[in-house]
Amino acid sequence: MTSTATNIAGGEASRRIRWADMGPFIALAVVVLIGVLLNSSFMTGTNIANVVTRSAFIAIIAVGATFVISSGGLDLSVGSMMAFVTGIMILTMNRLEPSMGANAILVGAALGLIVGAICGLLNGLIVTVGKIEPFIATLGTMGIFRALITWMSDGGSIPIDRALRDPYKPVYFGNVLGIPVPVVITLAVVLVGAFVLYRTKFGRRCTASGSNADVARFSGVSVAKVRTMAFVIQGLCVAIAAICYIPRLGAATPTTGQLWELQVITAVVIGGTALRGGKARIWGTVAGALILEVIANLMVLSNMVSEYLVAAVQGVIIILAMLAHRFIK
Amino acid sequence: MTKIARRTLGLLSAASLLALTVTGAAAQDKKVIAVSIPAATHGWTGGVVYHAEQAEKEIEAAFPNIDVIVKTSPSATAQVSALEDLSAAQKLDALVILPFTSEELTGPVEQVKANGTFIAVVDRGLTDPSIQDLYVAGDNIAVGANTAKWLAEKLGNEGKIVVLRGIPTVIDDERIQGFTDVIKGTNIEIMDIQYANWNQDEAFKLMQDYLAKYPHIDAVWANDDDMLLGVLEAVKQSGRTEIKYALGGNGMKDVVKMVMDENPMTPISTPYPPSMIKSAIYMVAGQFNGQAPMRGNFKLDAPLITPQNADQFWYPDSPF
Repeated sequence: MTSTATNIAGGEASRRIRWADMGPFIALAVVVLIGVLLNSSFMTGTNIANVVTRSAFIAIIAVGATFVISSGGLDLSVGSMMAFVTGIMILTMNRLEPSMGANAILVGAALGLIVGAICGLLNGLIVTVGKIEPFIATLGTMGIFRALITWMSDGGSIPIDRALRDPYKPVYFGNVLGIPVPVVITLAVVLVGAFVLYRTKFGRRCTASGSNADVARFSGVSVAKVRTMAFVIQGLCVAIAAICYIPRLGAATPTTGQLWELQVITAVVIGGTALRGGKARIWGTVAGALILEVIANLMVLSNMVSEYLVAAVQGVIIILAMLAHRFIK
Repeated sequence: MTKIARRTLGLLSAASLLALTVTGAAAQDKKVIAVSIPAATHGWTGGVVYHAEQAEKEIEAAFPNIDVIVKTSPSATAQVSALEDLSAAQKLDALVILPFTSEELTGPVEQVKANGTFIAVVDRGLTDPSIQDLYVAGDNIAVGANTAKWLAEKLGNEGKIVVLRGIPTVIDDERIQGFTDVIKGTNIEIMDIQYANWNQDEAFKLMQDYLAKYPHIDAVWANDDDMLLGVLEAVKQSGRTEIKYALGGNGMKDVVKMVMDENPMTPISTPYPPSMIKSAIYMVAGQFNGQAPMRGNFKLDAPLITPQNADQFWYPDSPF
């Protein structure tokens, strides 16, 4: 299921667009090829599994961000929201553990989804009903969520109960038929996301609202409703990422998810979604998330870059990827 | 507004003014110690806030003539504003400050001193040391050096190790310098040093990458205990067994607990205790009650935390 399925332009045009859509995947292939050439340990099963599993959080959140951005919004609060939802979930699970045992994980996860959706709804309503620029609105909630997790943890950390660590562990460290669980969850989220975005009325309304809000409104689309819904989807994705995140380190701290919002937005844009809205590429987003994580991995594996310059090289690679994308078009 | 109403209002405001002066006069009898510290944005500063608040409670309960005001700030600029607000609102008899950065806070602290305030500086010294009457700090070089000495001895001066460093700052540089200087005198090879920003998640990822890159690692040093927790998780998941030691530093309570329980991979830590803010507040309070004035520089050592002495470094109620 690729984005071209929705393209109804003529033969010549569609072939060109298909090439442009391949941009992020070509970039990913190039980065992987460089990795193979640089270091023999890059292609080992463990390393690949590590990198793909690690990129799950950014990928899942970025699926939600694809909805928000393509509908003409922007969410800077995702990193803080992730930390906040994580904190709420751990506190709930710890509170319920004595009476419910391992089932506390299920209740905590369900509550996490609800809290995530409410946080997203809050962002959405501030943007649509309050008519505040999404950049400023979510900058505000970013501070609020970050302060809440800091307050909940007294600036320290909120660890999960020891008794819950073992039953919860497989959600990050386990695998299904050899595929790590977080990757399976990511695939599920992406498939559902792609279906909603490309095969439903809501998905088309989403990109329509982002491409030209006035035209969408005249065609009978409730732009405010669509954008609010996109923020709710974002909140749910954040909660799903939080569910996979907790078993990795078993704690929430005030630095959890710090600056993830920038990685998420970068992944979405590298993937071919237009930052100004109107164009959504879910599979490209996943490629974008993988590219970011592979680059970070390569920076450590190769000995060529001074530890002081890692961020600069990452920046250059991201810009090169975007330029290549432009020229392929 | 009628004449009467206006007069009543005037009377009321005059009365409130009077009340203000009276309370102001009453406050004059009390010695005021202002404490300006960074807000709790990560584990260590969380500990600083905790210990400062504990000190406030204990000192105010013990000495009714001393008023301690704790003010936290999220950034250097906010801390400068906080200093202005604190000194504008009342006469400060003493200021205990943990500056965000030395350069930006030196000028504002000098202005506070010009009003006759006793200045105690904690952790990061001012650019002009003559401003501070009292200086209490930890020893970052010793944090690195003591860990390195212990590790070199345990490894018999041989082996391959990897290091995780924090955020590019003086603190980070000093710890790395203390560590590498000692290691240079041995046959131990530091295969890699990379930044993980004192962040558990980033340390987890970096350690995974180290494990993929190097087939044999004898020991790991993360220059902060927060990062060590991420490192341990990555090592555990990899199933690698050749790693003999994974060490941290800072004396975070989770890691001190591991030392107490004689964890074979992390048998020691080194303190860089956030409680140094409390030591400084107590030293300052000493001169306002009990005539025990203290001036000068106090450098807290970073002795090894071992299973034998771990209980002295263990603050179960602190967030850090």
